[in-house]
Amino acid sequence: MIHSRDVNLWYGRKQVLFDVTLDILANCTTSLIGPSGCGKTSFLRCINRMNDIIHSCRVSGEIRVGGIEVYSPKTDVVMLRKKVGMVFQVPNPFPKSIYENVAYGPMIHGKNDRRKLDAVVERSLREAALWDEVKDDLQKSAMELSGGQKQRLCIARALSIEPEVLLMDEPCSALDPIATAKIEDLINKLKEKYTVVIVTHNIQQAARISDYTAYFYLGKIIEFGKTSEMFEKPKEKSTEMYLTGRFG
Amino acid sequence: MNRKHMQWLAFTLLKLCALMVVAVLFVIIFDIASKGAGAISWEFLTEAPKNHMTQGGIFPAIWGTLLLSIGAILLAFPTGVLTAIYLTEYSAQSRTIIFIDAAITNLAGVPSIVFGLFGFALFVAFFGFGASMLAGSLTLALMVLPIIIKTSEEALLSVPHSFREASLALGATKWQTVRHSVLPYAVPGLLTGLILGVSRAAGETAPILFTAAAYFLPSLPSSVFDQTMALPYHLYILSTQSFNLKATEHLQYGTALVLLGLVLALNLAAIIVRSHFRRKYRW
Ligand SMILES: Nc1ncnc2c1ncn2[C@@H]1O[C@H](COP(=O)(O)OP(=O)(O)OP(=O)(O)O)[C@@H](O)[C@H]1O
Ligand SMILES: [Mg+2]
Repeated sequence: MIHSRDVNLWYGRKQVLFDVTLDILANCTTSLIGPSGCGKTSFLRCINRMNDIIHSCRVSGEIRVGGIEVYSPKTDVVMLRKKVGMVFQVPNPFPKSIYENVAYGPMIHGKNDRRKLDAVVERSLREAALWDEVKDDLQKSAMELSGGQKQRLCIARALSIEPEVLLMDEPCSALDPIATAKIEDLINKLKEKYTVVIVTHNIQQAARISDYTAYFYLGKIIEFGKTSEMFEKPKEKSTEMYLTGRFG
Repeated sequence: MNRKHMQWLAFTLLKLCALMVVAVLFVIIFDIASKGAGAISWEFLTEAPKNHMTQGGIFPAIWGTLLLSIGAILLAFPTGVLTAIYLTEYSAQSRTIIFIDAAITNLAGVPSIVFGLFGFALFVAFFGFGASMLAGSLTLALMVLPIIIKTSEEALLSVPHSFREASLALGATKWQTVRHSVLPYAVPGLLTGLILGVSRAAGETAPILFTAAAYFLPSLPSSVFDQTMALPYHLYILSTQSFNLKATEHLQYGTALVLLGLVLALNLAAIIVRSHFRRKYRW
């Protein structure tokens, strides 16, 4: 689904990613793990070109998502981002109603029919396992939700435009264990329909939810493989040390 | 001296400074209000001056100031907001942009008489508008433009970056993002800039001195190419050129009071509008 070839990334003069080559399969969950500052977020943001808005950022190499050449000059970034949704580390709902938050994406893409929007909002909120908690008051401000609800709302918002890929940057780092468990359940369900790439600092979380894991260290992929195999028998010394919590 | 005393001393000093500012403001308002209140009457607000400005009202000046400021803001507000959008949302932080930004900051500090002379040279003489409301409004617009750009930039930058990211990540274009996820939340700040601009335009004499203001006009202006009377200029004449300064003192204070009232009312409106929108969009 996502193929990355020799991706290098610089912020100004500082190189942050080195020859990242990675193949991510459709309808699987892939986690990116590694110590802080090793470039996980930077790589994730390459996939939907969110790095474009950082002026000092420069990328070389090749990424393909489905049939789209991500970094080709001909690529329509709008179409790419429609296909590749993103959930951020800190829940960032708009200070509008729950309904307006979820309807934002479809409306941006020209869907204005009230009945269709209603249907999209309900589907997205159901997929994000938030519907039952908010269905009675969709006009409530999103700012009044709890942290975990906000994050599920952001997931619903990302799902509203029916992406094929869902990028998640530490979606649980601001949440308590119960909210985290809910989101993990959710991710396990989402992969039936979507390809999920998730950055996490929580090694147990990677083990619980992901089919594949990529271990990043200092901007390079040290090891990539089936989560079960990597966690049982890491091939690299560095991976083993990280997984056993001896550094990172 | 220990830390507690130090803290006490610092806070006391800060409090004194704050009190002094408030005190000065109140002395000014009280002085003008007490001397000018007697002059305020229905006739004073609705009639034209009579007998070589020694009697009658100031309505033409109020009217002229309203028109000039509204004209200035109609020209400067859209231009200023669009410029600010361009500078904050679209342009990369290149050297040109930093230069433009510095130029705008400096423009805000240019004395108003310089704007007056520039407006005279450009609009009155070069474009041939003559001394007119058009030339006056244009000159005032130039003067308030940097203020509006600066406050608008601040307003736009105060909108959290995460709103932009959320919108862009959903496949919104840059313009859609600005339009739906930045501008609505910047409205309080934009309106603050607008009202500050109006009140600045309403209070300045120098920019309209050569470009629009008339000493006395028997009738209200009927087109944008007419001259007009204006409150600050009227006040200036009353207090410098009158035949009998003592006899018109109450008129001077009355005019000052009206001008002050207008500007304070506008600032109050800015505060109310801002807190209203703050409550509407909180994050
Ligand atoms: N906007 C930026 N400008 C300059 N340098 C940046 C920027 N963003 C990230 N970096 C640098 O790039 C490196 C990788 O950052 P990145 O955010 O990708 O790491 P990460 O693996 O996501 O870390 P964490 O686990 O702490 O989130 C870091 O050294 C960081 O300092
Ligand atoms: Mg990160």
